[in-house]
Amino acid sequence: MRVVHVDTITEAIKKLAIEAAYYLNPEMIKAFENARDTEVSPIGKAVLEELIENTRLAKEEKIPYCQDTGFAVIFMELGQEVHLEGGLLEDAVNEGVRQGYSEGLLRKSICDPFTRKNTGDNTPAVLHLRLVEGDKIKILFDAKGGGCENMSKVVMLKPSDGLEGIKRLVVQHCYEAAANPCPPVVVGVGIGGTMEMAAILAKKALLRPLEQENEDPELAELEKKLLMEINKIGYGPQGLGGRWYALGVKILKHPCHIASLPVAINLDCHAHRHKEIII
Amino acid sequence: MSNVIKITTPMDEEVVSRLKAGDRVVIDGILYTARDTAHKRLIELIEKGEPLPIELKGAVIYYVGPTPAPPGRPIGSAGPTTSVRMDAYAPKLIEHGVKGMIGKGPRTQPVKDAIVKYKAVYFAATGGAGALLSKRIKSARVIAFEDLGPEAIRELVVEEFPVVVINDSDGNDLYLQNRKQYAMPSPYYSEM
Repeated sequence: MRVVHVDTITEAIKKLAIEAAYYLNPEMIKAFENARDTEVSPIGKAVLEELIENTRLAKEEKIPYCQDTGFAVIFMELGQEVHLEGGLLEDAVNEGVRQGYSEGLLRKSICDPFTRKNTGDNTPAVLHLRLVEGDKIKILFDAKGGGCENMSKVVMLKPSDGLEGIKRLVVQHCYEAAANPCPPVVVGVGIGGTMEMAAILAKKALLRPLEQENEDPELAELEKKLLMEINKIGYGPQGLGGRWYALGVKILKHPCHIASLPVAINLDCHAHRHKEIII
Repeated sequence: MSNVIKITTPMDEEVVSRLKAGDRVVIDGILYTARDTAHKRLIELIEKGEPLPIELKGAVIYYVGPTPAPPGRPIGSAGPTTSVRMDAYAPKLIEHGVKGMIGKGPRTQPVKDAIVKYKAVYFAATGGAGALLSKRIKSARVIAFEDLGPEAIRELVVEEFPVVVINDSDGNDLYLQNRKQYAMPSPYYSEM
């Protein structure tokens, strides 16, 4: 058994929150450059150029890439051989968010759903915890923007809708989301499970590195097909016209009930901010 | 792309009538920030007949909730938020004199109608380019609803703030025009 003090988790989350806001992953900058070089619309090219410049400025001047520094969503894989001491795990996670958003001068965007009163420190975070083999703790931190989260949904398709029904749902959803989720977007799709499982899968799917192909060849094929069809709609970067509305489609699936075919779509804006650490 | 047009706020009808969907514009002068809750409060004040914290006549409203300003800077990251959330309130503000709105994403029909009827313009700034856009903001101060934190109304003084005209006072819509130009048929989406 390995003993880990919860302060270690607080420190890690604080660091991930700040780094996610300032430093877009290099894979995204590469994706912007590739899109800029291949975009057919002049205004789309100009937008992509601005986004590349924005990544440079944010990094150099250590200010957030986007003013919406997001909802802190954490996927944690906790080794069963780890014994946590010093306090509650959830408190440690929230303390990390609190410190990161305060010290990093990030925007506090979390409020009461009725009164809209801001909680003042961007807590509480959303924590998805899974117990796994071993004595390590893997933390995936996702700073999820509100605009793209709003352009997300879960639909309970009928089994008879099948694969074609899933394709129509995802592409039509992007058509309806239009310029709202800050394209170029990354499209997360969760297929199967129960209603809430599909939603969590869609979000988790977003955290796979953009260039990493799906391990399941059938899903890898579906991701390519969906990306091609979505980019036929013509919205392009920022919805101002062009090809590159989506930079990638990421899918996870799970067995579902014989009566159901749940599908969730979770869009992520070009501020596609996810960082990870293994403790 | 068209040449860049330079304008100064507050805007009048003559300036509004010159701006057409697709024009690239740089703005000098004052922008007022407001998001959902600030809009709701402004409408409540209008309905009660009480004085407003900002002059709406000719005003340009920027839909933004910035990050806190780092030391030595007037403001943190400051890109536009999704405009459609303001659509429940925007027609009333346009009726009361607002001439420009800056945000991202398409507007609903009542806002487009108000833009034509009362002569106003909807601009988009590049969503998510918060670091880049913050460089064009020279000063910022909270002037109302301080309790709203990032959603308080701020007065921003901007220089060459870059935007694109989406909806003009003739009823044109750049999002609709430009998408059609690049759209390719697919069996997986249908036009609405």
